Amino acid sequence: MTDTTWLHMFFGGLMALAILIYAILDGYDLGVGILMPRHDVQQRDQMIASIGPFWDANETWLVLAVGILLIAFPDAYNLVLKELYLPATILLIGLIMRGVAFDFRAKVSLDNKNMWDNIFKAGSLVSSLAQGYMLGQYVVGFDSSGASQGFSILSAICVAAAYSYIGATWLVMKTEGDLQKQAASWARRCGWVTFLGVVSVCIVNPIINPSVFEKWFNFPTALLLFHIPLISLALFITNDQILKRIPLEKDFGCWIPFLGVVGIFFICFQGLAYSFYPYVVPGKLTMMEAASATESLEFIFIGTVIVVPIILCYTALSYRVFWGKATELKYY
Amino acid sequence: MIDTLMLSRIQFAANISFHILFPMITIAMCWFLVYFKIRLHTSGDPVWMRAYRFWVKVFALTFAIGVVSGITMSFQFGTNWPGYMETVGNIAGPLLGYEVLTAFFLEATFLGIMLFGMDRLSPRLHTFSTVIVALGTTTSAFWILALNSWMQTPTGFEMRDGVAFPVDWMEIIFNPSLPYRLAHTLIASGLTASFLICGLSAYRILKGDNKRAPKLTLKTAICVAAILTPLQVFVGDLHGLNTLKHQPQKIAAMEGVWETQKGAPLLLFALPDEETRSNHFEIPVPKLASLILTHDSEGEIKGLNEFKNEHPPVAPLFFGFRIMVGIGMLMLLLAWVGVWQLIRHKTVNTLTLRAFLVMTFSGWIATLAGWYVTEIGRQPYLVSGILRTSDAVTTVPASNVGLSLTLYLLVYVGLLIAYLHTLFLMARRAVEIEEISPQEQNDLTPTFPLHSSPMHRSPLLVKEPTS
Repeated sequence: MTDTTWLHMFFGGLMALAILIYAILDGYDLGVGILMPRHDVQQRDQMIASIGPFWDANETWLVLAVGILLIAFPDAYNLVLKELYLPATILLIGLIMRGVAFDFRAKVSLDNKNMWDNIFKAGSLVSSLAQGYMLGQYVVGFDSSGASQGFSILSAICVAAAYSYIGATWLVMKTEGDLQKQAASWARRCGWVTFLGVVSVCIVNPIINPSVFEKWFNFPTALLLFHIPLISLALFITNDQILKRIPLEKDFGCWIPFLGVVGIFFICFQGLAYSFYPYVVPGKLTMMEAASATESLEFIFIGTVIVVPIILCYTALSYRVFWGKATELKYY
Repeated sequence: MIDTLMLSRIQFAANISFHILFPMITIAMCWFLVYFKIRLHTSGDPVWMRAYRFWVKVFALTFAIGVVSGITMSFQFGTNWPGYMETVGNIAGPLLGYEVLTAFFLEATFLGIMLFGMDRLSPRLHTFSTVIVALGTTTSAFWILALNSWMQTPTGFEMRDGVAFPVDWMEIIFNPSLPYRLAHTLIASGLTASFLICGLSAYRILKGDNKRAPKLTLKTAICVAAILTPLQVFVGDLHGLNTLKHQPQKIAAMEGVWETQKGAPLLLFALPDEETRSNHFEIPVPKLASLILTHDSEGEIKGLNEFKNEHPPVAPLFFGFRIMVGIGMLMLLLAWVGVWQLIRHKTVNTLTLRAFLVMTFSGWIATLAGWYVTEIGRQPYLVSGILRTSDAVTTVPASNVGLSLTLYLLVYVGLLIAYLHTLFLMARRAVEIEEISPQEQNDLTPTFPLHSSPMHRSPLLVKEPTS
């Protein structure tokens, strides 16, 4: 343990935090995009209104996560993006299309609005699938065998379902009336798909990664991890029970399912991070091996310590400003 | 034979060229929006609100395309240029990191508040959000230009085992070409936004829009353009002198000077030929290049032959530079004609309006031409003197790069068409909207007096306030 290890740990932790926040925040707005109904313009408008003020900042967390990978672990950054060249391209094109569709839809004629809404939906879906596929490939160490491809496709579906799940619960929190009821039923369905996805990833991951198997089934440390499956199961079930009863009396507690999914994301992410620590690329590069020069890390460390809390403060401020049910999106 | 290197270069050029179009507008346009809001506060005249509301929509659309096309850039270094991060990652990383931390989050978060929070905030807080977004976009320009300038004129580092390590961050950030490049680019953004505002406002007026808002925005933007164009000529000259000092081979290519010479002529036109290392069809103005670059008619300009195999391709620089300067001259001319007419007649005539319409996107062309000059001018290096472009490229197969490039190009062409179409659609729609909707009338009457002259008011508004 050298004196710079803490720096690597700090940036490893910060990157994990950025990825988690990204998955939660952009997760719900990608999910809302995936769920857009084809035949109801009014519902689409309401759904878009609920994510309008946030999507841009949400996406910035992806830039930060990639940015930290680039700054702190340049070798890992090069390796990951080289291996994931085509999925990354597809992800980026998906993000481009949905981002611009969001703005174009508000400014064009009705026919074209339908077109841009379809692009928004497709872009959201493609981006989510691409992210899930990239995650799967990352977990299997960029293996291209049939089994690994199958696992990556499973992971793609799982991530898309999880994003839809958090998106639907976001809508339960931010909307009222028919749309809220509709969202609750979406959320229940996506919840169960997500649950199945998480369970299958949990089964497959230790089988194909011996080191992961050792970590999870090596007593007594495994006992300390017992809370992970237990809490997530509890959260899935509680959420389903609440969603069944939407709309609740006086809308009391409409935010609980969303918070529940945040909890699930947090727990699953914790499990994933535990599986691979201290590797930044599973089985290939540890955080120490991939780290950049100490001088550089120290320089950006100072800025991070000052700026990240400020970012969190004004992010909170923005959620405070748009607190409560989403209102009609007036473009000024 | 097109290999991974060439395809990656084309892809990077396509991505950055498409991306830069949008920040070039938004960086300066946000300050225009701040100005409209401040005028609204100080004058209370709702026409400024109308101006703000039209242009904030253009801003939002432009900004969105800028953001999403920019995300691509943060992946590009890894997907296509791994040698870049390997060699100078210790320096490029933190600079990019500071851009994300101090600018991207700031502008993205407050943009949401600015676009959708008008009903939820006090007017002053809303204007404050607009100022924050403007500061964010400008800060972002600062960091990315710091990195770009460092790649042109690297200082404050040392090489150990072929890898650059930072020695002095102040020297890295404030490297010799940063002040000139930053000023030149920010003014270019001001001009790009001004001519866009002039062009679309002129379009509305030509389409029969008789309201005050497009006239006011036209007037504002003409005045800004008239001030910025001569300033840009001055700053551009300083930037050129700075380049002559640090990257003489770039200047030699821009001027088409092969042999070192005293009293070099300025070539209005020529066809540079790298095979014979000479120019065809020269139209020279004697001694002018030396006079401009060294401020001495007998000054010496180093020729390209002093930098054999170390100088950039000549033709793109030679022509890119002439396109940029040519458009700059047209901008200067038109802006001053506009101001002159405004002073003489309080209005600009139809011919001038048409000229502004033609020049709507002139800022884009000048910007791209200028960027090609400076970026191709850095070749064959990716980072001057440290890293050759050909040593930084990925080992990803050419077919994959070809596929991604094709996808990007399709998306970009589609988006560019949609963007231009939508801008003019929004302008045509604005022609039909009332000067001030009854809703706003109710919102504004209690607090703001109306200054609009009766002939411009719509019938709905002629009624006297009831209070």
